[in-house]
This record gives sequence, structure tokens and C-alpha cells, in this order.
Amino acid sequence: MPDTLPFPPRMGSNAGQPLSRRDGPLKVTGAATFAADNHPEGMLYAVPATAAIARGRVTGMNVAAARAHPGVVEVYTPANRPPLMHDPDEKLGLFGMRMEALQNDSVRYAGQPIAFVVAETLEAATEGAALLAPEYAAEPARVTAETGERYTPERVGFGGPLSVGAGDIEAGLAAAAHRLETRFETPDQYHNAMEPHALVAQWDGDKLTLDTPNQAIVMACGLFAAYFGIPAENIHLRSPFLGGGFGSKAVPTGAQILTILAARELGRPVKLALTRQQMFGPVGHRARTWQTLRMGLDGAGKLTALHHHSTGATSSFDDFIEPAAAASRTLYASPAILTTHDGIRLDTGTPGAMRAPGEASGSAALEVAIDEAAEVCGMNPLAFRLANYAEVEPITGKPYSSKALRECYEAGAKAFGWASRPLAPRQMRDEAGMLTGWGMGTAVFHCPMFPASAEAVIRADGTAVIRTSGADMGQGAWTALAQIGAAALGLDPDQVEFESGHSHLPDAGVAGGSGHTASAGQALHNAGEDAVARLAELASTDPASPLYGTGNAGVLARRGRLYARDDESRSESYAEILARAGKPQVEGTGKGARDPASAETYALQAHGAVFAEVKVDPELGQMRVSRMIGAFAAGRIINPKLARSQYLGGMIWGLSFALHEEAIHDRRTGRIVNADFAGYHVPVNADVPEMEAIMIHEDDPHVNVLGVKGVGEIGITGSVGAVANAIWHATGFRPHRFPVRIEDVLPSLS
Amino acid sequence: MSVTVSTTVNGDSVDFVCAPDETLLDALRGRLGLTGAKEGCGTGDCGACSVTLNGRLVCSCLVLAVEAEGQEIATVEGMAAGETLHPLQRAFIDHAALQCGICTPGILVAAKALLEKTPDPSDEEVRYWLAGNLCRCTGYDKIVRAVQAAAAEMRRA
Repeated sequence: MPDTLPFPPRMGSNAGQPLSRRDGPLKVTGAATFAADNHPEGMLYAVPATAAIARGRVTGMNVAAARAHPGVVEVYTPANRPPLMHDPDEKLGLFGMRMEALQNDSVRYAGQPIAFVVAETLEAATEGAALLAPEYAAEPARVTAETGERYTPERVGFGGPLSVGAGDIEAGLAAAAHRLETRFETPDQYHNAMEPHALVAQWDGDKLTLDTPNQAIVMACGLFAAYFGIPAENIHLRSPFLGGGFGSKAVPTGAQILTILAARELGRPVKLALTRQQMFGPVGHRARTWQTLRMGLDGAGKLTALHHHSTGATSSFDDFIEPAAAASRTLYASPAILTTHDGIRLDTGTPGAMRAPGEASGSAALEVAIDEAAEVCGMNPLAFRLANYAEVEPITGKPYSSKALRECYEAGAKAFGWASRPLAPRQMRDEAGMLTGWGMGTAVFHCPMFPASAEAVIRADGTAVIRTSGADMGQGAWTALAQIGAAALGLDPDQVEFESGHSHLPDAGVAGGSGHTASAGQALHNAGEDAVARLAELASTDPASPLYGTGNAGVLARRGRLYARDDESRSESYAEILARAGKPQVEGTGKGARDPASAETYALQAHGAVFAEVKVDPELGQMRVSRMIGAFAAGRIINPKLARSQYLGGMIWGLSFALHEEAIHDRRTGRIVNADFAGYHVPVNADVPEMEAIMIHEDDPHVNVLGVKGVGEIGITGSVGAVANAIWHATGFRPHRFPVRIEDVLPSLS
Repeated sequence: MSVTVSTTVNGDSVDFVCAPDETLLDALRGRLGLTGAKEGCGTGDCGACSVTLNGRLVCSCLVLAVEAEGQEIATVEGMAAGETLHPLQRAFIDHAALQCGICTPGILVAAKALLEKTPDPSDEEVRYWLAGNLCRCTGYDKIVRAVQAAAAEMRRA
């Protein structure tokens, strides 16, 4: 276990400890209630019918046949869909996306909802949807780079700049001893949270209860409410557990809106649970990129120029361009850096944020390119990275708020045994004759925060309740946020009740961008400190208290007692203070948000180094990752046990990016041919070796009051490159397309 | 049309009524309120719906409810003895072998079926036995460690 020294010292002893997750017993017994586990009395089932073409119009559907099927209650098509208070083609807020809610008969991607069947049973609704047998006027599908429309987007990601750079790239290239231009392709990937997108809607007058997994609970209520013309507070959204989200469960989708609409129209609860196949289209994905890196290198192996251009795919009707080139802005020092983007419109669903949006795809390309640059310079890939280590953020010149990347390289390399790596490829075989290679990659992820708020209440018995609408999608919010709240209150976590996971609580912001622990955690921390300050106020103004006269800043909260800061023999329990004051409780509130001054002054990034061993069968070309070690520095770690899970999970996503995942479109129909778990490959237990995540201590007084940077996404970023570079080291074949396939490496083996 | 099915579920005799085209998974979840088994794919690829029928591990999304007639069904809800968790359940919590938890019921049922057949499996046997249980968070390797820890405890008992 890593260093768990309390930092800053005002934090108590429980934050930093590797506690087991608080929701563990519910989850191992089957008692944890996920959205689709709700089954209210009188509930109907909804099933969307989806388009089998990628572009065109629906010209007819056999609605009569669907309606006539026993058990079918209603069939919605564009002809009879009741009005919504908001146009599904208008975007709402920063995160809102255009959606399909039967606003017209057009089809803009395969898998788009084109009708909606509601029935007494799931089987009846499914059969009703099949009976619709839609007819189409199809237009040619545009699902390749050659057929898509190239364009210049206004923004990339969520409002990010298209182009960022400093210095003169062409001059840097002209002055270089070596020049390198290298191209990469990354595929369409689908989040595929194990829990399908589900929603159970129940109306009571103009009040609406929604059971649905959501990563931004309070924000989502505002979005849902807009479509129905009701105040956001009329919605009670319950999302105690998400069966994974990875970015796909934050904004409403068309089928969810139609479910709520059907529940209102039919006066009964309605459940929707997308099938696995229906999750390939309307609920977002990580879109394809085509990336080019141009690098100049001087004779000592230092970058003189780095230009990273990424072309990202988006849909024909909305914009989300993967900010892939952003990965090159902050990682390696170079006198000239330029990161640029453009887009291609395809007949697909609109992409969105998927675990490490931008950095995952961008770092996959950058880390292979960096290895190629090291090869050109005849340098060990680690030595090359150290030679180009950025002491300050390259483009902005800002100091990093903290950066223990050098320590990550050192610890990871040591644990892996990197020092004995031969420089040239194809030098190692294992006892079974497998070609063996070692590769590495640098991990990097930024540290966003979202506005969040929280409450903390210390009760008469000395226990407390803390409240915020946190979203636990597996990362451990129920546990880590409770640890932060309890630490601020000077209580053990088991003395603190945590109300979370629904919308009638203070807004915990977005569980995304690896920013939830920092954002909601800071709000809980401040709420806890506020409650303690109010309690201290009671004690220090009460002549009967041993703490009389200390002032509310003159106390420490620990284990349910307040102590005089300068004389710990003076103390009193929370219960005693409240009893004498005759108060049932004291309440505190707190907010979390990025301090604009620190963001202005410092570059805020988490870092890491990932090392992988790959074995390649010299006859079959089969590639297996046999070892993987990551070392990460992400500020303060609230719960090392849960953070380790996040790091390892991210690394496995990186392994998956490198070797497994790809949605493949049929060029004629535009349909995804592998839109299920039989065809869309995600890693299984048998694909994943023993792994380790090393945590490097980092004190960061600038990133936020907690010193927390976030751990949810960084694990992917160095890992794709580490695996790809290990394949090169094993075989001499340099991957430029992901996932790396057997047929890619085979020619190098013969 | 509905059919009456007589089964044993987690040791109790249970009769239920279902449609002939209803899956065992939907009957367990919708008719019997046993929502521990989840539908992750509906095609037998993800293992989130794993239960055992007369001790044999099956994907309940691929079994019709009527096929359970006269059979003993075991689900995750039957693993703990009252308040006392099964060693696998404890080990999964201790080893952080679960995150979002939606795949966990299926993995626990599958792991229990493995250990009943093979009380002392190699890591490789665990990895391949559980290869049909997808976890997207992903808890792989920790899952193997947890199964091995539980197996060791069960062998000592």
C-alpha cells in the first residue's frame, strides 16, 4: 500500500485509508437496486424500434399489425407522438446533445429509434416492434473517411479550442537533425457499460419519479424537465448505483424521453431497458480519429518541433470532435508545439465523452510516435522521454501544480525491470518460444472540477449525516466521498450517514472527467468544516464548556470531540456540546469548485508511466499482454484500495484499446456489423494478466483544498502506447492502427 | 397463455406462473423479485445473468422459464447464510473485486460453481472459467485473487 500519511494535516485519519467499499455487502448479495430492478405496480414495458438504414426516410410501418399484437398498449411513431416542450434537435446547455424522439421520419444513422412500442410485457413490446417492418427510402450511407464530409468544427470536445500552440513548427522542423512524420487511425469504440441504459418513469400529477442511472443527477433533472415543461424540482431522479457509465450516462437520450412521455400519456409506470444492440448508436461512443504527428529532433534526441493533428469523426447532425491532439499540449517539452483538429461528418450516432475523451486516442498516437522518435535517435524510450521531460507546461510556460512523473518513471521502471531491456526489437523469447517485447507509455490526464455543493449535519448523539447527489458508477463515491466528509467532521466513516445518489439533495456536479472526488469531495469537506465551526462557536462562547474562549478557529475536531488547538487536555464531545446548548443538531454547508486563480497560475495535470510486456506467437501472430505495471501520481489518494481499482481498470481499457475494441461498419448499409458482445470485443478475465498499480505520493496544495487530482481515466492513457510499443519490441512491427490485429503483425513474422 | 412451473429456488419450493416465451431471467426478476441476476446482453455473451440449474452453470437469459420445471435453481440471493456472507462474497469485498457491481452476482455464482467442481484451481483455470463473465470496470485480476482467497479459505474449512 502506498503512503497514507494524512495531508493536509487538518484531514483526519480515515481519508487516505484503504477501506473496503461501503456498498460491497449490497452488491455481493444481489440486494443493490439498479434502475431496471425497479418493478412498480402496473408497470408497462417500452421497446424502441430502430432503423436498419443509415440515411434516408421511413416511408411506412405496419402500425396496425403492431397494435393488434396481444399485450401491445400503444405504438408511437412521428405521426402520433405527443408534443414535447423542447425540440429534440435543439441542444440544451453545455452537455446537451441532439437526439431522436420521433420528431420526424428522417433516419440519420443505423440503430436510431424510429418508433416506440409500449406493452404489458417485454415480450409483447419486442414482438410489436418487430411487426412494424419499416419500409425506407434509403440514401447511400457515408460511414468511411472517403465518403464523409470533411469540415472545420468551431470547437472540439466540450467547447475546447480547435488549435493551440506556441513557437514556429516549420522552423523547428527545418532546424532538426531528424524529421519524422507518422500517421495513426483509432476506431469507433462503444462504452458498453455492463448495465444497459434503463429508465423507469412514474408520474404522480405533475411530479415525476425516474429510476435511471445517471452521472450528473441534478443537471439531468433540469434537462429532463425541459422536455416536459415542469420545474426541475418536480423530478425525483434516483440513481443509487450505476452499472458503469464511462461518460455515456450523463445526458438524456431520445428513448428515455419517449419512455417518460409514454408513462404520462398512458397513466402507468413504464420501463425502458435498451438491449445491448440498441446501445450501438443513440447513447454515444468514442469516434474514429485519423492523426498525424510531425516531429523534429536534434542530435541529442530533443524535440525541436511537435505538430499533432487529429481529424475526428462526428455525426451528420451534431458535433463532438474528439480533442485528441490535446494530449500533445502538456506532456513533452519542445520549443515549437502545435495541436490542431478538424472533423468528418458520418452517418453515425453522435459521439461523446468516453473514458478519457481526447487523451485516450491522442496519447495512443503520441506515445507510439515518441517511441518511433526514440528509435530514430537510437535511444532507450525511457531515456528519450526523460530527455524531453517538461519541467514547466510547454505551451503556456506555467509551472505544474505538482508533477511527480519522474518518480513514476523511476518506480515503474524499477518494478518492471526495464533496465535490462535490449534496445533493438526482436531480441527476447520466452521458454515457450514466444517473441517477447517490452514497451512503455507516459500517462497524462487533466484535473477538471465541476461546481458542487453539500450539507453536513452533526446530530445530538454525536453522529452526523452528510448529503450530496453523488453518482457511484463503480468508482467508489459512496465510500471515498463519505471518507472525506467524515474526515472533515472529525468522525469515523461508520459514524457518518451518507445520503447520496438521488436528486433531492445538494448538487454534486458531474461524475466525469475524473473530477467527482475532487468536486463533490471539496463540497463535503467544506460542509463538514462549516458544521464543526458552528459547533465550535457554541462551545467557545459557553462559559460552562472546557473550550470556552478558544474561538471557533482554535479547535481541532477528532473522533467526535473538539480539542483546544493549543491545549489538548481541554476537550468536549459533540454530544455534550449540543446537549448543553439544547440544540438537536448543527448544520453546515459547503461548495466545491475550481479556484480560478490556481487554474490561471498552474498547469493542473495528473501523470503516470505504464510498462507492458507482450508475447507474440511467432507462427500465429497472436498477441497477449503478459505483464503490466503502472505508476501514477495523481495528488492525494483518498482511498488507495478503490484508487487502485480505477488505475487497473483504466490500464485494462488501454489494453483493450490496443488489442480488442472496434465497431466495424458495413460500408453498403452503414450498419455496425458487430453490435453485440459476440462481435464487439472487450477483454475478458482470460485476456488480462497479473497487474500492478504503484501510487506515487504527491502533495499538491494548488489543485484544490483536498489535493486530489482524480484517478478515473488516466490509467488508459499511457497503456495503449505501452502495449503497442511492446508489440514493436517483440516483433519489429510498428502499429499505426488500433486495435492491432493479427494480420497486421503477421507479415513481420514470416 | 400462461404456464405453471414448479421449482426449487435457493432451497425453497417455488411455484410460479409465466408465459411460454419468457426467459428464466425475466421470470426470476419480474415474477419472483429476484433481481440479483442482471441482463447485460440477452445473448449469452456476458454472464451477468448466471445462475445454476441442478448445479450446472447457465445463462438464465438463454433458458426458458418453463425449462426450469422440476429443477433446482440457485441464484446470488441464496449464497449468504442469513447475515453470514459466503467466503466468495467476503473475498470479493476485501479484494476490491467489484466496482459498479452489476456483473458481480453472475461472477459470484460462476465462481461458486467452479469451486464446487475444482476446489483448488490454478489462476489460469479461474481466468478461463470466468472468461464468460464480462466486467467492464474492470476488476480482472482482482477477481482472480478474490476467488483464490475464497478457495483457500473454503479448503481450510
